[in-house]
Amino acid sequence: MIQQTSPEIGGMGHSVKRKEDRRFIQGKGNYVDDVHLPEMVYGQLVRSPYAHARIKNINIENAKQVPGVLAVITGDDLAKAGLAWMPTLFFDKQMVLATGKVLFQAQEVAFVVAEDRYAAADAAELVEVEYEELPVLVDPHHSLDADAPILREDREQKSNHIFHWEVGDRLATQKAIEESLVKAKVDAVFQRCHPAPLETCGCVADFNTATGRLTVWLTSQAPHAHRTLFALVGGIPENNIRVISPDIGGGFGNKVPIYPGYVCAIVASLKLGRPVKWIETRSENLQSTGFARDYHMTAEIGADPDGTVKALRVKTLADHGAFNAAAQPTKFPAGLFSICTGSYQFPNAFCEVDGVYTNKAPGGIAYRCSFRVTEASYLIERAMDVLAYELKTDPAELRLKNFIPPEKFPYQTPLGWSYDSGNYRAAMDKALEMAGYRELRKEQEEKRKKGELMGIGVSSFTEVVGAGPSHTFDIVGIKMFDSCEIRIHPTGKAIARLGTKSQGQGHETTFPQIIAQELGIPVADITLEEGDTDTAPYGLGTYASRSTPVAGGATSMASRKIREKARKIAAHLLEVSEEDLEWEPGKFFVKGAPSKAKTIQDIAFAAYTNLPAGMEAGLEAVHYYDPPNLTFPFGTYICVVDIDKGTGEIKVRRFIAVDDCGNIINPMIVEGQIHGGLTEGLGIAFMQLISYDESGNVQGGNFMDYLLPTAVETPNWETGKTCTPSPHHPIGAKGVGESPNVGSPAAFVNAVVDALSHLGVRHIDMPITPWKVWQILKEKGMAE
Amino acid sequence: MPKTHHVRVRLNGVDHEADVDPRVLLVHFIRETAGLTGTHIGCDTSNCGACTVLLDGRPIKSCTLLAVQADGSDLTTVEGLMHDGQLHPIQEGFHQEHGLQCGFCTPGMMMSALALLGKNPNPTEQDIRWAISGNLCRCTGYQNIVKAIQYAGRKMQQGASA
Ligand code: FES
Ligand code: FES
Repeated sequence: MIQQTSPEIGGMGHSVKRKEDRRFIQGKGNYVDDVHLPEMVYGQLVRSPYAHARIKNINIENAKQVPGVLAVITGDDLAKAGLAWMPTLFFDKQMVLATGKVLFQAQEVAFVVAEDRYAAADAAELVEVEYEELPVLVDPHHSLDADAPILREDREQKSNHIFHWEVGDRLATQKAIEESLVKAKVDAVFQRCHPAPLETCGCVADFNTATGRLTVWLTSQAPHAHRTLFALVGGIPENNIRVISPDIGGGFGNKVPIYPGYVCAIVASLKLGRPVKWIETRSENLQSTGFARDYHMTAEIGADPDGTVKALRVKTLADHGAFNAAAQPTKFPAGLFSICTGSYQFPNAFCEVDGVYTNKAPGGIAYRCSFRVTEASYLIERAMDVLAYELKTDPAELRLKNFIPPEKFPYQTPLGWSYDSGNYRAAMDKALEMAGYRELRKEQEEKRKKGELMGIGVSSFTEVVGAGPSHTFDIVGIKMFDSCEIRIHPTGKAIARLGTKSQGQGHETTFPQIIAQELGIPVADITLEEGDTDTAPYGLGTYASRSTPVAGGATSMASRKIREKARKIAAHLLEVSEEDLEWEPGKFFVKGAPSKAKTIQDIAFAAYTNLPAGMEAGLEAVHYYDPPNLTFPFGTYICVVDIDKGTGEIKVRRFIAVDDCGNIINPMIVEGQIHGGLTEGLGIAFMQLISYDESGNVQGGNFMDYLLPTAVETPNWETGKTCTPSPHHPIGAKGVGESPNVGSPAAFVNAVVDALSHLGVRHIDMPITPWKVWQILKEKGMAE
Repeated sequence: MPKTHHVRVRLNGVDHEADVDPRVLLVHFIRETAGLTGTHIGCDTSNCGACTVLLDGRPIKSCTLLAVQADGSDLTTVEGLMHDGQLHPIQEGFHQEHGLQCGFCTPGMMMSALALLGKNPNPTEQDIRWAISGNLCRCTGYQNIVKAIQYAGRKMQQGASA
């Protein structure tokens, strides 16, 4: 158990109010678009109106005539510098500016730079591009057809197939399913959607001709990795690049990749010797930057008549768009999708994924998700419900029957994971109790008799976060450790710097709380900085709920290094041996004589003024933490919906979320994360969709068409928790940011399907709109 | 070049004037001409509300108005909320109730809330949810924003009766 510190110290478990709030509530945040430099100019991208077309000619003459225009850069210009293409984060490459042909609507074709943003926009309108339209490939199910157009002429392999990946025992699984007396099958599409953080992507690139240094203010969730990639791709010495990720207006995975606009701004700044700002519009953001999901999945479960599951088989087609720009660890083409056995004891499992190209925006990013965990969790939780219908059993009962019991942890899954800890029944029991599950089922029965539609959806997810151990996890070769450096000043105050980057998660508060816990320095006395590659230690950044599991571990370990040195200094000050000292948060005291003590502040002062002979001055440490395993947060969510038979409208009446993320640093912040993640899950289940018409025109490419939940549709979330610490993490924490987004889509969908299950409905693809529901009701003769 | 227009506004109690292109958006005038970057831009279709400011006391989306249309008006932005170094109750509410995460929606959200509280000092939860329905937040799920606005409402009423 974590020792409770005083509220003044504010260590783990305290709902410390956020330190970063003060500037934000005054409008004094510093987001990328707020950066204003002398002589700064503005960039604007010219984008393709076509999804697939050959570029016959680009005429920039008229654009150049617009007053204030400084440069118009095309793909051919970049090709001369070897920069027309750049590597993606996953064994593919992507055009920075199109050469030869365009492969998706809104693809980047030219970059205009002008003295102000209006002039840049004017000139971009005047860039004349002559296109010859080519046949368009929209449906991934046709990507591998013999007559499908080959999209990527640059590749040796003349096919739209990107990868095949499989894990598990195909034959044993097949046999187990064949022999099972009960079978359940579901075809589920996890639709293409977009994280849409409220701040779009952008940068200010400032190449200083006098010093030869390039500074880039960047909407980046991973500033260090981005610096390295800029150095490797651009050939600029890494010491001459400084990436600053200032305040970030939400990321959710959208700000992990490197986008063409960044590269263009850097090239323009190198060319002009002036700072270049490029900020995309919302429409550009939705149409061209990293989309998420687009997984077309089939799951089959074989089970005994008593409901015991025997085998799971999953087959998936992954639509990656025009370039495989998935941002995920190198060894995992389908991310951590093999977590798809979820919370259940499957003796056999097999999972395969094929990735294909289409004429759509590139991506496959992890939207508030550890690389395809959301897809996996959605699929298994949907499939379990379908199985419950087959068995005519209660979906909660079925789950309880098949949960991995607490005594089986660490648990080896048939697809290769070693779950660290879990107590799934405890979370389920708590959720059932909070919901009043039995009464709800009774109410549902009575409503059904009256012809009213009410549904209850259960989702008991297990997810996987904290990538990751260096033996298995790297992004383009860089191991996925993370780091923390702590310096204690002579007066006992401290500064800490990390390799991560908050985008709203509250790092300026939570990481100091870890230090406060470990060293007893009040959280108010600790400053935290992230995001400046010149000052912070190297780390892989913040996404996939990895900050607490990885950088949190680093923070804890760096603090402990400091404590070890502090012990030596305390022994010197108290004139006892180190073994005679005991620690409590904030001080060392002599065993059996608690009044003989030295506070951490006394010790910090001595570290600069009164050291034992031969000891190096100062009190600081840096730690690069390589996690021994991932962490596996879990929980049970229960959703209650009412459906209007006249309109098909779905009202989320209640939503109960019981999360177990191990030990908690700041309960207030954890709850805030859960509220936010559930709301994103609500959006995904009912609203968010990026689709394409048959010509490859993007539908859902702006906030008029891409619906997001407002305060009106969003219910009050009812949260609860259980606590099963991670046994391998220094502070027993697991990470929480993505859990509500991973676990909730299935709960929403299960609830709607449950409301309609007596009509024979077994599955509805997301987003479940009133129109879809109304059509089903009409077909079933239920619509009013 | 288009003919410029002279625009003069009272911005957080201070006069600002400039010659601007007729097509310049009010939000760009506030952020770039007046240099107050607390008002944000989150979309290009008037949907997100990150740009909300008060124009003569009414909440407006400053991305949807031209600077010339605001000529002669009295504008309040997030930078105008503090008084004598004291946080406004709405700012305090957002901090106390954890009503913000990334902070990008926060300035616009607070301005919409303030307009509501001006008309309706004691709003119900539904009143609040409707009043901020033109402001998107991608981080908080709105629940704590509702609480923050309720906190401010209580505090402002106490202030008014004290
Ligand atoms: S910027 Fe989105 S409504 Fe004004
Ligand atoms: S706090 Fe991030 S958008 Fe509202």
